[in-house]
Amino acid sequence: MHSQTTGHAVSRSRAATVEFDHVTKHYDSVQNRRGAAGAVDDLSFTVPAGKICVLVGPSGCGKTTSLKMVNRLIEPTSGRIRIDSVDISTRERTELRRGIGYVIQQVGLFPHQTIEENVATVPRLLGWQTARRRERAHELLALIGLDPAKYARRYPAQLSGGERQRVGVARALAADPPIMLMDEPFGAVDPIVRERLQNEFLRLQEDLAKTILFVTHDIDEAIKMGDLVAVLEVGGKLAQFGPPEEMLANPASDFVARFVGTDRGLKLLSLFRVGHLPMAEFPTVRVGDDAGTARRRSRTHAFPYELLVDDGRRPIGWIPDKAIPEEGALTADQAVPMSPRLDRRTTLKDALSLLLDANVQAGVVVDRHGALVGVVTVDEIAAWMRQRNASLGETVEGRDGTGASAEGGTEDRRAGPHGVDAHPAPAAADSP
Amino acid sequence: MDVIAWFTDPAHWSGFDGIPTRIAEHLVLCAAALLAATLIGLPIGLYIGHTGRAANLAINIANIGRAIPSYAVLVMLLPISLGLAPTLGYSPTIGLRIIPTFLAMALLAIPPILVNAYAGLQSVDRDLIEAGRGQGLREGQILRGIEIPLASSVIVGGFRTAALQVIATATIGAIVSYGGLGRYIIDGIARNDLPRVVAGAVLVAGLAIAIDLALAGLQRLLTPRGLRRPTTRGFTELAEVPQPAAGGGV
Amino acid sequence: MNDKPFIDWGWVSRHLDDVAELIGQHLQLTAIPVAIGFLIALVLATWATRHRRWIGPITAFTGLLYTVPSLAAFALLIPITGLSLLTAIIPLTTYTLLILVRNIVAGFESVPADVLEAAEGMGYTSRQRLWRIELPLAVPLMIAGLRLAVVTTIGLATVAAIIGDQFGGLGQFITEGLQTSFPTKIYLGAGLSLALAFVADFLFIRLERLITPWSRSRAGGR
Repeated sequence: MHSQTTGHAVSRSRAATVEFDHVTKHYDSVQNRRGAAGAVDDLSFTVPAGKICVLVGPSGCGKTTSLKMVNRLIEPTSGRIRIDSVDISTRERTELRRGIGYVIQQVGLFPHQTIEENVATVPRLLGWQTARRRERAHELLALIGLDPAKYARRYPAQLSGGERQRVGVARALAADPPIMLMDEPFGAVDPIVRERLQNEFLRLQEDLAKTILFVTHDIDEAIKMGDLVAVLEVGGKLAQFGPPEEMLANPASDFVARFVGTDRGLKLLSLFRVGHLPMAEFPTVRVGDDAGTARRRSRTHAFPYELLVDDGRRPIGWIPDKAIPEEGALTADQAVPMSPRLDRRTTLKDALSLLLDANVQAGVVVDRHGALVGVVTVDEIAAWMRQRNASLGETVEGRDGTGASAEGGTEDRRAGPHGVDAHPAPAAADSP
Repeated sequence: MDVIAWFTDPAHWSGFDGIPTRIAEHLVLCAAALLAATLIGLPIGLYIGHTGRAANLAINIANIGRAIPSYAVLVMLLPISLGLAPTLGYSPTIGLRIIPTFLAMALLAIPPILVNAYAGLQSVDRDLIEAGRGQGLREGQILRGIEIPLASSVIVGGFRTAALQVIATATIGAIVSYGGLGRYIIDGIARNDLPRVVAGAVLVAGLAIAIDLALAGLQRLLTPRGLRRPTTRGFTELAEVPQPAAGGGV
Repeated sequence: MNDKPFIDWGWVSRHLDDVAELIGQHLQLTAIPVAIGFLIALVLATWATRHRRWIGPITAFTGLLYTVPSLAAFALLIPITGLSLLTAIIPLTTYTLLILVRNIVAGFESVPADVLEAAEGMGYTSRQRLWRIELPLAVPLMIAGLRLAVVTTIGLATVAAIIGDQFGGLGQFITEGLQTSFPTKIYLGAGLSLALAFVADFLFIRLERLITPWSRSRAGGR
């Protein structure tokens, strides 16, 4: 009965591929009257191991139904769901569920058990020894940023909403399941806490690399959290499946376009960061340079300003070409105070907004020591996006209708919350 | 059967020991006790419920009222009632027959009426009251126009419980010489007249059930349409639910 | 004025073992019906939570039993069970049913849906869910029901003595006191049954706190 399960380190274990194969769920009228969830119509897609797939759509679109079919809280009317090629209907329900992390919006912590007992729920079901359960619970509490010494013996009612949500995540991770199902896991907290929990979770996922199915009705959350996004429409039809960039750049239907909103261009910009742009070496002048030389050089390019930097290549400000003196040395007070200072991690959406705000064409990008990296202009951002969308369009056309794969077109998917290129997404695992 | 024979005997339908007289005695004392309990319990309950002041008092009254055994209260009042007869100038017969029973009944009927009035008003959505205040209703208008109508079903639930208490206690009152239907049971036992005992019990039970059903109907009628659920006797709800269960939500 | 004292303490001190015996009988007369009633109520309530259309009929039936005044209920059983202990036990048991069934059902219903869903989603079997989640969480309301049932039964058990003296309990003091016009016995019976009810009430409140530590430590509870 009680199964094996050996211990796993917190970081990086296994992940599994989840495959929906023509999955349909109909409800008869009686079940609907009992307030059953939405139906699902012929759903096919594959979530590669280690990826976050967000199911998003309006209420009644069957996203929660789809999720609950993975741990067999709901049985499909027809079709198959496979985990690592194994049809889940062949597995014993409770045993299947113990191997899948489950997080729900209302968290569902057991009010009569301490936080430690709550986190150790699945290990207890799996028959782990007390000491090992404890150790694991404490390890996870530390991982989610709750001091075990302080929190382990508390009861759920003594925690804040955000803390409860985190404990919910820890509980789902307890037995180190390869798959996690998360049903609006951050839906019940205020926007500020939600943002923090989202970032924390993305950071965690960089190490954990679980396969995650994540349900939300919030398109912004979907774009932020998803490596892949499945947009469902009412009636449980898959409207589009793919990376969020693709959905924003090329909505597959009017429904998707309306659902992502008219500001999808801006949303798309929020997916990329300044570091994504190809930044060419930008000509600068240095404090103490000869003004005459600088003047001559300024005629070699069209841009009507020179960028003045100090000895450490830290930008000081812009000198209009016309204001460069005839002779003498360049000094700091000749420069106009600087327009927005960006760094590589600034999202393109924020960069554009800062540029428009300051009413300037160009923003200076600096590294963490304040040294110049390059210059970004409004035109460059626009041009880069145009080019990207064009290349995305080609990959979309070249793809088969079911959208069975996550790879394709998005080699340099945006980074996690840390910043650009810090963690290039691992290549998608081989599909069956 | 003997009991049926007892019922069909015309001798049992007339005179001071006849069924109509005994029912009348029973009902009159019950009505009087309920009236007295209402005059005391209802205003206090409405006051606590409306103002929210002294809510602990209401909860304590609920708990105490539930813990008091009716028989014990009744007999404890008996010697007091007899002892006070010469001082207060009523005849010892009344002091023996009516006063202890009446006082015990009224005393036991107060808690459910008071507590349900309190709980009923508490159950009214605070927003509605705020809205009423915002539109310039006076406190009395809020009480009469919003709170009491919405709480009426719960308030009647309190009367239902009180009525049961009173009917049961009036029956026991026969042991201290009061009339009413309890007489048949007590006398029957004393005379070893089983049909009389059972007939008395049937009458008491029938009366209690009839009145309970009538009040349940009234309660249902008073429940605002759209809120109708199976009706309950009140009084117990308050402390039965000690605290809302600690939900996981926010 | 009556110059005899209401309570003859000398008599009391000479009859302490009688007092103790009657208290013991009274506790027995309370414990047996509540225990039987709880078992029946648990079955009925578990059934009703699983088959919801039965809630109405079960509540109506137990409500009907509750409506019959105690003295009448005892009297009605005399032709059937005579003057055996059952004549007292049966009505006292049926009185507890309404209270207990209602509270146990409410206890089960007080288990939050998200908690049940989480338990199912994490792989609890339905039996594990019942024993480890539903029952513990229903305990506070069950205890509240038991408390009410015990206190009510303590009071009603005194009435049984009116029917006959073979049931014992504190009601017997009252009845004997009335028959012999001996106030000491009346007060002793009435006072002790009152005290018993309050003590039981208090103990149950403590018991509930003791076995539900999670509800005591609520962060911002009301």
